[in-house]
Amino acid sequence: MSLIYPRESLSAYPKHLSPEYKSTVKRSPSKPLILMPHTLSELTGPVYGHDVIQEGDNDLTKQGKGEPLGERIIVHGHVYDEDKRPIPDTLVEIWQANACGRYVHLVDQHPAPLDPNFTGGGRTVTDKNGYYKFITIKPGAYPWGNHHNAWRPNHIHFSVFGHSFLSRLITQMYFPGDYLFPFDPIFNSVPDEQARLRMVSSFDLDNTIPDWALAFRFDIVLRGREATPLDTDKH
Amino acid sequence: MSEIITPSQTVGPYFAYGLTPKGRLKWDPDGTYSWKETIGDNLITPDATGEKIRIEGQIVDGDGKPINDAMLEIWQADAQGRYASPYDSRRPNTQFKGFGRSAVNPNGEFGFSTIKPGSVPGPNGKPQAPHIGFCIYSRGMLRQVYTRLYFADEAANATDQILSLVPADRRDTLIAKKEVQGDTVVYRFNIRVQGDNETVFFDI
Repeated sequence: MSLIYPRESLSAYPKHLSPEYKSTVKRSPSKPLILMPHTLSELTGPVYGHDVIQEGDNDLTKQGKGEPLGERIIVHGHVYDEDKRPIPDTLVEIWQANACGRYVHLVDQHPAPLDPNFTGGGRTVTDKNGYYKFITIKPGAYPWGNHHNAWRPNHIHFSVFGHSFLSRLITQMYFPGDYLFPFDPIFNSVPDEQARLRMVSSFDLDNTIPDWALAFRFDIVLRGREATPLDTDKH
Repeated sequence: MSEIITPSQTVGPYFAYGLTPKGRLKWDPDGTYSWKETIGDNLITPDATGEKIRIEGQIVDGDGKPINDAMLEIWQADAQGRYASPYDSRRPNTQFKGFGRSAVNPNGEFGFSTIKPGSVPGPNGKPQAPHIGFCIYSRGMLRQVYTRLYFADEAANATDQILSLVPADRRDTLIAKKEVQGDTVVYRFNIRVQGDNETVFFDI
């Protein structure tokens, strides 16, 4: 199977410069990017399999001596390519704030408590159907210094590999109906509404476990389509 | 009809626990992060052949100020020019993966220990000059930027098809300078995200 990575698909992405998010002003390239063909160096990428995962790495509620505080949730879904074919055996890494909106990071000085039983780091590998699952705590909202009274909507950071260096994605998963969406320049840096909705998980009653945890479904679509004979001719 | 892809969002300032747990020690030597590191900045495996090198550099923003919360990922072929990927039919027979991840210290400095890559096939089957792909992520970057490191001591740079797409007066930003420090060969690769002498980034 040979994959192609049409650049048009990247129209779903934010622009590098998005001045409402102030830190982009000095951290975005000012000169035009150089268009280049995809060579073997871009069409390949690392494979991280089950060998790098330890049992329990996907359960963020079991990393401390006791249970973390907060609302226990299941976050699960599939990783697909643009043809909606599942991507098996690919590494998914997450990190997030605790239930109070505080990260285990010395730069995070938000005056909310750390939870000795919660670090917010997790990882797993998709199965043969491209499926992954985490058990975690619903992260809290937290303030940040972008503008007056700026708060980030609840979110979980996701890092996913896929088939190649071109499919490599770092994104954030949001929760449905968050009242902070209209005010968040990071969420709104994605220009297209349908693309923004890709980042919002859906509440999943069917997989909610009675008397235990709510479930949220978050499917991830990475770059990559099967080459048609016509496309192959062009390469 | 193809699916809309999931948009990129910034890695933010707090990725260390999840992505670079050892890299956090550059900031907080007494920190106790128990999370096992999966992807680090030392790519060398005991069975890998080739020249061992260091890659070192500093990343700065449009004001020339160090970016102290960036993360860099590299992807490269082995010394024989083979990628450890199912999409390279000449896959290596060693454990060398060719992928690394580095955090930066408070001064925006990063570093990798690796093997100098060999030449890989390029467009139309012509060989490419040896190079390493770089993806850079940080707070203030809503999506990663992609660039390439080339080696100053490679004559093949002069005819490399990708380098030749870059205006001649900007190519220097992609060429890592060789420094020998005792027994160690260091290639210095500074990255300027914006402004005068801005590093060339590629649209891929």
